[in-house]
Amino acid sequence: MSLEQFKNRNVGTQNYTTLDVGTPPETGTDKFLQVIRRAVKGELFVGLWVVMRTMLQALFKNDMHTVKYPFEKLPISPRYRAIHDMLILLESGNYRCIGCGLCEKICISNCISMDTRYDENQRKEVSEYTINFGRCIFCGYCAEVCPELAIVHGPRYENASEQRAGFSLFEDMLTPIDKLNLQQEYDGFGAISPNADENIKQTPLAY
Amino acid sequence: METTLVENLPQVTAAGVIIKAVLILAIISALAGFGTFIERKVLAFMQRRLGPMHVGPYGLLQIAADGIKLFTKEDIVPQHANAFIFKIAPIITAATAFIALAAVPVFPDFTVPEFIPLLGGTFVPSIASDLNIGVLFVLGMMAAGLYGPLLAGMAQANKWGILGAARTAVQFLSYEVVTGLSILAPIMIVGSLSFVDFNNYQTAGVGSWMIWQQPVAFVLFLIAGFAETNRTPFDLLEHEAEVVSGYATEYSGMRWGMFFIGEYANMITISVIAAIVFLGGYDAASTFGWLTIMLKIAFFFFLMLWVRAAWPHVRPDQLMWLCWKVLMPIALLNILITALVLLG
Repeated sequence: MSLEQFKNRNVGTQNYTTLDVGTPPETGTDKFLQVIRRAVKGELFVGLWVVMRTMLQALFKNDMHTVKYPFEKLPISPRYRAIHDMLILLESGNYRCIGCGLCEKICISNCISMDTRYDENQRKEVSEYTINFGRCIFCGYCAEVCPELAIVHGPRYENASEQRAGFSLFEDMLTPIDKLNLQQEYDGFGAISPNADENIKQTPLAY
Repeated sequence: METTLVENLPQVTAAGVIIKAVLILAIISALAGFGTFIERKVLAFMQRRLGPMHVGPYGLLQIAADGIKLFTKEDIVPQHANAFIFKIAPIITAATAFIALAAVPVFPDFTVPEFIPLLGGTFVPSIASDLNIGVLFVLGMMAAGLYGPLLAGMAQANKWGILGAARTAVQFLSYEVVTGLSILAPIMIVGSLSFVDFNNYQTAGVGSWMIWQQPVAFVLFLIAGFAETNRTPFDLLEHEAEVVSGYATEYSGMRWGMFFIGEYANMITISVIAAIVFLGGYDAASTFGWLTIMLKIAFFFFLMLWVRAAWPHVRPDQLMWLCWKVLMPIALLNILITALVLLG
């Protein structure tokens, strides 16, 4: 299909196939006959069966869609942009952050502020690092620009709070050294949800 | 309670009738509360949801939570409302629903055990008042119950309430004709207006049920019964998508709750009438007669919830068209054919 056909917005000039829905009844007799046809056709009982089947499946096949949210959560997409996490190197336990300052530069809402210094080995390290979550728009540029995959978006999305502005320090976002084995790597921009297979369903067209 | 047994039964005393009335009030209003729970659960399962789950095991205590909420909620009478009528309207709905149950046999009759002081040995009949015009009385009372929504809607100085009241009048005028005419054919066959006579007419097994003789009347009565109890294909009075909450818009707390106790009591009444008149009722001779009628009533109650989950509701003009131009002629034809068969 060429692009022109998509660009044509004049309804009625396209090659649509109309469904054969018949003509609405004109006279009283036709209306009455239509009611009789529909009443005898059994469509109403098909409707009753559809909901009954759903109930039976829900009760006996455990086909229930409710997620009891505070107690159980659906897995979120790895591309979801929640509260930031600071990752550390798995081998040495050192910070991944090299203090390059790119995240501070690219932040379009100016919510990241950082300060760096040279440590005793003349390596750059982060001395101050805060994110103002009252300003952060969770655009994800900081994680995108980070050359070391040090700052990523973690899975914590429940960030309602009693105060408008909340600041997060470097240490708050850093993976604790004793939870190093639980550190989750960023799966990449093309990553799909862990439950993507379950979410694929047939389009429910026919009953 | 067969008529042949009536001579052997103990005398029905005033104390027995009062006990019966208290029992009906207590059990039916509790069942009405439980009905809301069942309705929420069934609707939830039919939409692949869990329904109320957190108050008590499987959400069973949700009724208690709702009851506490309704009782402690602020009772508001709107500024320009007619306060007297506004306050009396929910009482009309609840009271007529329970008065209608007075002439309906609800539970099997029993005698209070002797060891209970003061009331020991009192015979409690299955039917609080075995009127010889039972059917007429019940239908009349349920029709009178429509004054509740009508007055409530007009008294509350709210446009949605007015619309709800107008729809009440429309619905009332439409289906009441069909209710009466549809049940007239079974009355002609049985030759009595008493529910006990209806029950005794159909004691010879499933084959003797009225539904086989009067299938058309059964369907018509079910349709009219759904309209009478404001259930879903005909829930025009308080349809949220159109008139906010209709006649109940300005109500809160227990006044609002009384409308719903009345509605659920009416659902039970319609289920009982359908079970007794068309599905054989209770078999007084067999041991499990009370169980069979309970199952029949439960089926009709479930059917109302089932239909609510499955079918969309009709417009007011469609309701009037259906009642006056389709159902009423069919009911009249049914009566005519029944009469010809009875005469011939």
